Amino acid sequence: MSASAKSWALHLGLIAVLFAAQFGLPSYHATNVSRIMVLAVFAMGYNIAFGYTGLLSLGHALFFAAGMYGMGLPIWTLSWAPIPALIAGLVAGGALAGLVGLLALRTAGVSFMIVTLMFAQAGYLTLLYLNTHTGGDEGFVVDSAARVIAGFDLSTDAPRYMAALILFATAMLICLWLVRSPFGRVMVAMRENEQRSRMLGYNPFRVKLTALVISGLYAGIAGAAYGMLFGYVGATFATIQYSILPMLYVLLGGAGTVIGPFLGALLMFYLIDITSGYTTAYLFVVGAALVVLVLFAPKGILGTIRERGLKWLP
Amino acid sequence: MAFGPFLFLALLEGTVMAAVLALTAVGLSLVFGVMRVVNVAHGEFFMLGAVAAWFVTYYLPFPPAVTWTIALLIAPLFVGAIAATADVLVLKRLKYDPEATIVATIGLLYILQQAALTFYGPDARPVEPPFHLRLQFPWFGYSGYKLFVVLAAGLILLAVWAFMTRTKAGLVMRATQVDMETARAFGINVDRVYAGTFALGAALAAAAAVLIVPIQQAHYLMGHDPLLLSFIVVIIGGLGSLRGTLVAALIIGLSDGVISMFFSPTLAKIIATLLVALVLVFRPQGLFGAKA
Repeated sequence: MSASAKSWALHLGLIAVLFAAQFGLPSYHATNVSRIMVLAVFAMGYNIAFGYTGLLSLGHALFFAAGMYGMGLPIWTLSWAPIPALIAGLVAGGALAGLVGLLALRTAGVSFMIVTLMFAQAGYLTLLYLNTHTGGDEGFVVDSAARVIAGFDLSTDAPRYMAALILFATAMLICLWLVRSPFGRVMVAMRENEQRSRMLGYNPFRVKLTALVISGLYAGIAGAAYGMLFGYVGATFATIQYSILPMLYVLLGGAGTVIGPFLGALLMFYLIDITSGYTTAYLFVVGAALVVLVLFAPKGILGTIRERGLKWLP
Repeated sequence: MAFGPFLFLALLEGTVMAAVLALTAVGLSLVFGVMRVVNVAHGEFFMLGAVAAWFVTYYLPFPPAVTWTIALLIAPLFVGAIAATADVLVLKRLKYDPEATIVATIGLLYILQQAALTFYGPDARPVEPPFHLRLQFPWFGYSGYKLFVVLAAGLILLAVWAFMTRTKAGLVMRATQVDMETARAFGINVDRVYAGTFALGAALAAAAAVLIVPIQQAHYLMGHDPLLLSFIVVIIGGLGSLRGTLVAALIIGLSDGVISMFFSPTLAKIIATLLVALVLVFRPQGLFGAKA
């Protein structure tokens, strides 16, 4: 098989397995996997910025929350229908990423991390400050009437799983197409050597801004879907913890691989789920995972596998 | 209360905050200046200092003045030792790569938070101040201890300044900051300087926490605000510049006191975080930094 055929087989195979899984999984795990798939979309977006373009952001919670509130607020205050609300969430994530990018991309490296962190923190505090409009700390519940799309009630297990799978599959295939496209190659070129890419005639600022906006669109739709599928919108999703989680998933699964974010989200989610059966020290698990990864496996699981043999892994 | 006394109270509160903030931020700035490491776990060292102070004052059977003084000595040593261990076990192995160390210190943040939650618990607990003294102004009474905090923070900062400029160890640290390679060539044990700097930075945060804990209570999540504010101060003052850090701490502390009193603490933080982002974008050397 050619490299391209192998990679199609792998990704379509994953979607098929996830499709089949809903008939075998007990309800508890089905809900978990729906959650993981939505979080994986978020992490995929993070990966487009961090893994492929080399932009280490600490502010993606802002774009996730923008999607969530962009979806939730119109439903809450203006009684929008679900589909336009989801689109509003998608656009909100991308637009905010563009706005932050215009300023933050003037910096690089550590400064870029701190600037994105500060913007995300300001966004979180603004959500609290405007608590009469946003529900502040407590957040709000998404109206159950607005969680029905084409007769399917997304608050029930099977439609929720299917909705999460459709979103995940679409996002993954777009990501696969993107990173194999000429523009995807330019993103990687930016990560590897910005000076040389500039010399070849590419505009680093424009490439990075585009990558960040795409990343923000992913985060936005993931946030919107998360709020819609699980029925709650709250300021906790704008805290720094939700900027760290996608980074953790990407580092664990393998930065710069298409399936890595999903693998990382799946493993991390169940690692926390299983350890919380024995101990309440779940923060320790997250912390130790970060330290161990950065010390011993900076390329993550799939990154290491790709290095050791499966060179075709996109 | 009229506007004048109200403003005076706000400025007093702001000064106390500025003093503690300066101490915490100088620790962060020192670590960044010498090691080029952005220590995201700095707030947790602050928290550990407060928690250690609670343990010491709670379990030692002496009057509050004595136990608190012991805490002020022991907590920074304890926290410094933890920091030095983290440096040797983790940061050194990462060869102080800037981005990798940020990820690692985020991990460290979670580990320390969990340790505090497990061994100390989720409650906020008060620490008895070493003395009770009420200063009566014409308009309101004010805690004498709070003014003592300002004095003590000033003395510690003075000691840090003397250490950096007047001792051999300080000279070695400054030499490493200017040029690590050359320092190594001159026989300076750079590894030890780094471990010591990281410990000193953490110890300063811990000392600030011991000063503030009789006013604020010890809690396992209390490190968040000091971290954010120290970041703000260090960046506005110019990364690695100690003098800039002090000036910025004063500005941020006072304006935070005033804006919090007249508008809202959340608004004060929003303004400060946005200011930092914009400073980094448009004036990366900081408002007071001379060169990058």
